[in-house]
Amino acid sequence: MPDQRVVDPEYLILEAPRERKFITGSQAFAEAIKRANVDIAIAYPITPQSETMHLVGDLYAQGYVKDYYRAEEEYGAMSAIAGAVRGGARAFSATSGPGLLRGLEAIVSWPGHRIPAVLGVMTRVVNAPLSIQPDNVEISYLLNCGMIVLHAENQQDVFDFTLAGFVISEKVDVYIPVAVCTEGFFVTHAKGYVNLPPEDMKLPPRDPYKAPVPPTDCEIPPARIQRDAPVQKSNFMSYLIHAVWQQEIWSANQRSRKWIKHYLGGLVEVVNPDAEVFIVASGCAAAQGREAQRYAEMEGLPVGLVKVKSIRPFPAQEIREILKKAKAVIVPEHNIVGWLAKEVKAVIPNSGIVVDGPRVYGGMTLPVELIMEKIYEALGVKKAKKTVV
Amino acid sequence: MGLEYVRISPGFEKYMPRDYVDLVKFGQFGREVDVMQLGQFKELVEEHPMCAGCYMAYFIRIFYAALPKPEDTIVLGTAGCARLALSQAAVPFIYGNYGDTNAVASGLKRALSIRFPDKDKDVVVIAGDGGLMDIGFGMTMHSWFRKEKFTTIMVDNEVYGNTGGQESGMSPKGVQLKMAPLGKKFEKINAVQLAIDSGCVYVAKISPTNPKRIAKVIRRAIFAARKFGPTFIHAYTSCNIEYSIPTREVLADARKREKEDFKFFEWMTDEVKEFLEEIERKEKEKKKQEVKS
Repeated sequence: MPDQRVVDPEYLILEAPRERKFITGSQAFAEAIKRANVDIAIAYPITPQSETMHLVGDLYAQGYVKDYYRAEEEYGAMSAIAGAVRGGARAFSATSGPGLLRGLEAIVSWPGHRIPAVLGVMTRVVNAPLSIQPDNVEISYLLNCGMIVLHAENQQDVFDFTLAGFVISEKVDVYIPVAVCTEGFFVTHAKGYVNLPPEDMKLPPRDPYKAPVPPTDCEIPPARIQRDAPVQKSNFMSYLIHAVWQQEIWSANQRSRKWIKHYLGGLVEVVNPDAEVFIVASGCAAAQGREAQRYAEMEGLPVGLVKVKSIRPFPAQEIREILKKAKAVIVPEHNIVGWLAKEVKAVIPNSGIVVDGPRVYGGMTLPVELIMEKIYEALGVKKAKKTVV
Repeated sequence: MGLEYVRISPGFEKYMPRDYVDLVKFGQFGREVDVMQLGQFKELVEEHPMCAGCYMAYFIRIFYAALPKPEDTIVLGTAGCARLALSQAAVPFIYGNYGDTNAVASGLKRALSIRFPDKDKDVVVIAGDGGLMDIGFGMTMHSWFRKEKFTTIMVDNEVYGNTGGQESGMSPKGVQLKMAPLGKKFEKINAVQLAIDSGCVYVAKISPTNPKRIAKVIRRAIFAARKFGPTFIHAYTSCNIEYSIPTREVLADARKREKEDFKFFEWMTDEVKEFLEEIERKEKEKKKQEVKS
């Protein structure tokens, strides 16, 4: 391992020279961890996440990560992450589908416990019947817990979101965890071009005292500290304390908007903002949506793309503004429930313009043709044979 | 270092709450107390909402008095009766989720070891039979397999007391409890044997009838965990409510159980034995010298 020097996060994320590499999504996660000055990573095997945590294990063996172990199962892994972060460490774990759901009780408590950490979520079908294929329905389970949920389109996003995730998560006015979600296999096991800053640079170590809630390390006054007060009494003050705490978590989630804009260039990316028909998509579906938008442009059709990078906080104002004059909104998704379509419908006044789908699930790919069909329907384009370009 | 943070900056005594000033002036921070002197120093836990006659409350009181270094100790608990008292002590307390204590403690202890490699930071789990042997079983066992360096204390009241008296894996066979309407159908789990077989380096089983012995066991478990690995104490702390033990007979019940299935038992590895003997020999010498001077 090369000697790494600590550099300013602004420099590492935004300014440092970058070199183009052709790597898998799992490698992109590991490249981010390599530069994130992570104290401890805790792993539990599940496909398709495992490869990422193998690579992180290699980073531990090389000395980039200070501690690493294979946990007993996900509930144990995610609980141990909470313990390590309370103790002042910077921590990383990752999981997939059933593993995410097994760890969910611990994970959804992280925001309330004020646990700044990054969790990789490599989506996979939620059993049953058993399957290991990509399907991102599991992301919907994360949307109401208060954590920041980013959805990576490709390997580059995986790297950028993960590295910036630690910085955003540890901001004093945020201090809640960040989930970096991406589709299993489609992104984790496929290669793409990723521009990487030098590997001899890393983020500054976590400063656990720069925090709205102190670490539990016996290094801070006063002696009477109960970090996670169970609101034990059945009286109005207890309800009020809990209510205020929840409000604070969601406010923190909102306050992360400015940092997501700063480090990741915004909660959304818009292609062709003057279009009549928009594809609104996240993750892998955004990659397919990008292709569909390109095809449509080649055919001279007024189609735009809104890529949603941040699912929580949800870019409600941005989407409302962009879709103001839209005639139709197509929301392609890799799940059967259409959680993104619901989110979009909920933030615009004319939800009738949202086309449900196309949706694929169970691990199916999302052919661009499916999106094109919806575009033709929305624009009233009649095609004898639906071939593209 | 912990001690520095506990102490009040000069000039600020009059602004600090009386309770806190007493803790610093007459409490246990930075000095060791004798549990037999309870009542003559400011205790780390003084108020708690536990039931009258609760033997767990008594055990927890002794536990805090026995801590070798309270200013550098972190206690973890989970759902159940114990946390009601633990959360009110003058020692940092972590309450996570159901049965997660030994996983959280694993992460916490590792983080503290990374950040303070040259300092003893004692991590102690105090959870009930349900938390450690039922819902948290896997995490308890695996923290032992992994040789995590912290102490686990099971305050065994043989029932889910806090949720209203349901059967736990540690309830004795045959006892009729909620969720065991026809009586429990299997034996009490042998937690002590599991601890020995799973990698604990110091294991004790105790019915807390003798405060000096309780304190000794707790201190031994904490000292051994600092250096060698996981340690475990299985303490009988009856639930006088669910088991209908009259308050004045709670101690008699503990003594009775001590003669039956809670005979004092202590097991440790040879290296732990040697290590503890050395510590205790030095402590004795120190005391002798203090008496002389």
